[in-house]
Amino acid sequence: MTAIETEDKEMRLYGIGASPGICIGKAYLVGKEGVDVIKKYHIAESRLQNEVNRFKIAVEKAKKELQGIIENIPQELREHAYILETHMVLFKDKLLYEKTIETIENEHINAEWALKKVVSNLKAMFHNIQDSYLKERVDDIVHVSERIMLNLVGAETVNIADIDKRVILVAHDLSPADTSQIQLEKIMGFITDRGGRASHTGIIARSLEIPAVMGLDNVTAIIKNDDIIIVDGTSGIVIVHPTEDTLKDYFRRKINYEAYQESINRDGHLLAETVDGFSVQVMANIELSEEIASVIDHGGDGIGLYRTEFQYLSSAFFPSEDELFEKYKAVVEAIAPKPVVIRTLDINGDKAIADTSEFDETNPALGLRAIRYCLKNPDVFKTQLRAILRATAFGNVRILFPMISTCEEVREARRILDEAADSLEKEGVVFKRNIEVGIMIEVPSAVIMADVLAQYVDFFSIGTNDLIQYSLAIDRDNKDVAHLYHPLNPAILRMVKHVADVAREKGIKVYMCGEMAGDPIHIPILLGLEMVELSMNPQAIPAVKSMIRALKVEDARRLMKDILKQTDVKDVLKLLQDNYGTIISEKMYTE
Amino acid sequence: MDNTLREISRDLKIINDLGLHARAAAMIAKLAQNAKAKVWIIKDGEKVDASSVIDILTLACVKDSKVQLRIDDRLDLDVLNDIVELVESGFGE
Repeated sequence: MTAIETEDKEMRLYGIGASPGICIGKAYLVGKEGVDVIKKYHIAESRLQNEVNRFKIAVEKAKKELQGIIENIPQELREHAYILETHMVLFKDKLLYEKTIETIENEHINAEWALKKVVSNLKAMFHNIQDSYLKERVDDIVHVSERIMLNLVGAETVNIADIDKRVILVAHDLSPADTSQIQLEKIMGFITDRGGRASHTGIIARSLEIPAVMGLDNVTAIIKNDDIIIVDGTSGIVIVHPTEDTLKDYFRRKINYEAYQESINRDGHLLAETVDGFSVQVMANIELSEEIASVIDHGGDGIGLYRTEFQYLSSAFFPSEDELFEKYKAVVEAIAPKPVVIRTLDINGDKAIADTSEFDETNPALGLRAIRYCLKNPDVFKTQLRAILRATAFGNVRILFPMISTCEEVREARRILDEAADSLEKEGVVFKRNIEVGIMIEVPSAVIMADVLAQYVDFFSIGTNDLIQYSLAIDRDNKDVAHLYHPLNPAILRMVKHVADVAREKGIKVYMCGEMAGDPIHIPILLGLEMVELSMNPQAIPAVKSMIRALKVEDARRLMKDILKQTDVKDVLKLLQDNYGTIISEKMYTE
Repeated sequence: MDNTLREISRDLKIINDLGLHARAAAMIAKLAQNAKAKVWIIKDGEKVDASSVIDILTLACVKDSKVQLRIDDRLDLDVLNDIVELVESGFGE
């Protein structure tokens, strides 16, 4: 069959480079139901009949399940149930049923493996059919076999959390819940069909410095378990079945990349001060307390954004005040006397905690999340605020409220913060009451109301990721529109400038903690706007610092005037390249 | 030979729009499973077992394909006729 001939040919797949770096290793597929690991094992002659019976029982169970489903379909929809009736016939189709039994008996292998083998042979048969409708009928066979497989595997399905091999993960999509379960630090890299650079998973990959390529469309259909693959997260390329020459080439690139990273990291501890003496605090965004080491190694001037969702995503229950406090204290203490900005819960808590979800939101980005969720669940909110306040005794803490879209939300959040502080005082707990409180500016309404919002807070932190998503109406995980998502969009630049101007006028501080701050090419703009604090993924800090040291704030201010006259992203980019191209090309770390 | 004498075949044209798709194949397979001996569907020299949905699907019979239906045993004449009727009715679609 032709499929076998082409199987080992080198193949290049192009996606979105979500996290830079190169890794070379074995592929490990993650299925929809968790990890799709079907084990293969030998069945002794004496146990063959048992194994065949196990298969027959699984088929019977699967049939019964499907029959139940069909019977529960309302009469008026029965017409549409025909495909399920077809599935009922397929269960006992000799090419599936008898063939699997035959395979168990002839090859002395377990039922799961035999079924898998039979189905993949059938897939190959259908692959050659020209008619697209008939070709897709292979899906029916796959459905039926999956139903049998679930009954075969039963409770033995492998948990995603158990992956601890040095492999490259291949998945259709990795949700934040998935990524919170996988011990990503044990994985070499990952690639997915869906997602983009700014997706949650991409952000986590970058913060853990593991290469990732996303938005590959159908990579899960192309790559098989144990295939040797190369992931180039810098240029967004995945190479399947690489040749000797390609392997050599990529081993060389991998070494070069890592050497380059090391060289820029060496200067990471130096101050970020421009040639003309303007100094910027270059801080780190973190999600896990384990990342503190990386912040310190890369020369971070503090933590500009501590995302607190992880503890909520990784357990089946809401974390207790003490659990939260211990984590916050660890981070605050390790970074002190430098500041740590702790952002309160920025997710839909119902979704995060297993089994509490009451209904599905069709549009979660516009739903009950972040501050909205917290204000609706003041007990959950107060628990977190008390934990944060208790951590203030151990260093320099600021509190940041996410997703603020109205003034009322800020007033309400501050009221609950006061209540939390009062309750701690009553209990005689030691903490600092007068800490800085700020809000994320990431919703267009907050940009427009910035002058009013400023009177309630000590600082603004501009979250560019969501601000771009909400302002330009772009889902950054949708690869068809992901290319339109650009921080240099003139609308975004004007918004950022407006917020910076208002903050200066009102005498409060303005910071930036979005992805925008982490790219050296954006630094002239942020300097031009006189942002005094930038926060980014730890590994981006050295490159940003070295960029700042090469610039003059005077030049940046002047350039900003021209930049604001531009109407298109490409013109903004051109201006930046014309003025700073040489500096950027010397410092950049592409390839 | 005895067998050839007993063999009966009929030529058919697939008239329904979707060809021998999953439901149609399932309907044929159900009838063929009642046969005492084998029932075959032959297209372009390729012969498949009519009692297997998957086998029928792999023939990839689109609309207007010509197929031959064959039974190994005269006793299955009823089955043959039922299938012929089904195909000629366009599977009641």
